[in-house]
Amino acid sequence: MERVPVLKIGDILLVSIQLDMSDQTAVQLQDDLAERIVSTGCHGVIIDITALDIVDSFVGRMLSTIASISKVLDAETVVVGMRPAVAITLVELGLSLNGIRTALNVERGMELIAAARPDEYDDGEGGDEDADDETTDTR
Amino acid sequence: MTTGVDLGHPQAQAIQSDEDVVRVRQLVRTVAVASKLSLVDQTKLVTAASELARNTLVYGGGGTAEVAAVDNGRRRGVRILFADDGPGIADLDLALTDGYTTGGGLGLGLSGARRLVDDFTIDTGPGRGTRITVTKWSR
Amino acid sequence: MALRAEESSRLAGLLSEHRERVTHRWVELVANSLRGRLSQAELRRQVEDLHRGMIEAAQGGALDLESEAAGELRAVLAELSRGRARQGFTATETAVSVYALKDALLELMETEADADTLRDYVAFSSFVDQMGLFTFESFVRTRESLIADQAEQLLELSTPVVKIWEGVVAVPLVGTLDSARAQVVMERLLQTLVDTGSPYAIIDITGVPAVDTQVAQHILKTVVAARLMGADCIISGIRPQIAQTIVALGIEFGDIATKASLADALRHVLRLTGVTTSRRQSRRES
Repeated sequence: MERVPVLKIGDILLVSIQLDMSDQTAVQLQDDLAERIVSTGCHGVIIDITALDIVDSFVGRMLSTIASISKVLDAETVVVGMRPAVAITLVELGLSLNGIRTALNVERGMELIAAARPDEYDDGEGGDEDADDETTDTR
Repeated sequence: MTTGVDLGHPQAQAIQSDEDVVRVRQLVRTVAVASKLSLVDQTKLVTAASELARNTLVYGGGGTAEVAAVDNGRRRGVRILFADDGPGIADLDLALTDGYTTGGGLGLGLSGARRLVDDFTIDTGPGRGTRITVTKWSR
Repeated sequence: MALRAEESSRLAGLLSEHRERVTHRWVELVANSLRGRLSQAELRRQVEDLHRGMIEAAQGGALDLESEAAGELRAVLAELSRGRARQGFTATETAVSVYALKDALLELMETEADADTLRDYVAFSSFVDQMGLFTFESFVRTRESLIADQAEQLLELSTPVVKIWEGVVAVPLVGTLDSARAQVVMERLLQTLVDTGSPYAIIDITGVPAVDTQVAQHILKTVVAARLMGADCIISGIRPQIAQTIVALGIEFGDIATKASLADALRHVLRLTGVTTSRRQSRRES
């Protein structure tokens, strides 16, 4: 059985799914990720599905489960790179991927994770913009 | 409605394992590309095939998928027949309801697959096995 | 009706023997029918190509246009028909370019008025008929593909997806939206989001006179699909009648952002992007 590699980049685990996964491979990935989150102490998981030409209910469920598991383990999961045809099909299939954060690409996914944990990723700039945010909000 | 002329011999794929489900997806993709389905239609059909092949494996105890390019005189399309000699489906209406599952899945396999294709016929009953035929036509 | 082998070789002989006379008369007849809308030189080249193709086919033992030896001839005919179709000639004018050969042959053969020559002429003439029909079919096919191309171009022209700001794309929809067009627009919109990496899309329907349930569903599904991909859609320019339709049809727009005008929608997006991503974050969770 093939295995999907999990890469650690800084404080983020990056999973780039490049193959047409069998169900077993998908379940294995779920287990691998949970283990890696704990062993690395990472607080962000990015799952890049740019290369996937379909997402069926099984893979959809796997993504949801990973998101839930990582939440329990204090990590944010962002699914990035979903193709338009895949998104259209998921809508038709009736799969809403509730509870999953998504972003257009890896870069945006990292922004989303950084934004979710402003304390840990504060790069000085964040503080200023936060202040702006307050003023807009209380307009 | 589902009638149409078969173009060439249908290609068969046994469904006995997880890997076979992947092979069904790849076979369907190849035939769909050759039949000039649009990218979105290809994606919908392959996703539906993935759901139905998994059902054949999980609920039918294994079976076969037969993929054929068809032509109804106006449009080209792809037809897939999933057949198994499993226990069959006792309550079809219930099985076609969104969210209903006996297998611990999301319950979107059958109902979702039906929404993703143009024609969907099912022949089943307790002890009779299940035969599902789906067709997707080019636009 | 197919040629017999000896007829085929007699045709080849006749055409090569009277090459100059046949092609000259052929060009003349076609030129008359086209009334100078094609240059004499161009016409002459086409006729000579056809003439050569026929001799090759006949010498190669072609008994009808379907046979392998006639491959070159078919290619020449197809090329001729494509050219005529694109230049705007009618189907008749195109077919006459081939049928004129019959008259040229008749003038050549009627001097020897015996039964064998007559039989030959009938056989040759039916071969020319096949050529004519083939021309006609190629002509129609070219026209059909021209029409299909134009329809597609029209669809693309009528559905521009434009980037109006860093990270913001907009589709100003104008005119009646049928289900097919709505689908095309939506697929293009989603693809543009990916191509430009824009997390915001504005669908402006100011120019849409009416929507039906199907079209509204398409728009809704697109918004949901965009969300799955990690982008947000704002719908702007909903006319009063459309708002009434949406409510009357019981279509749930849910938490989709709607704005009165494209300008309002853009201002809304800029306010969202102008602040930190943590702002976007909190909004998503709310």
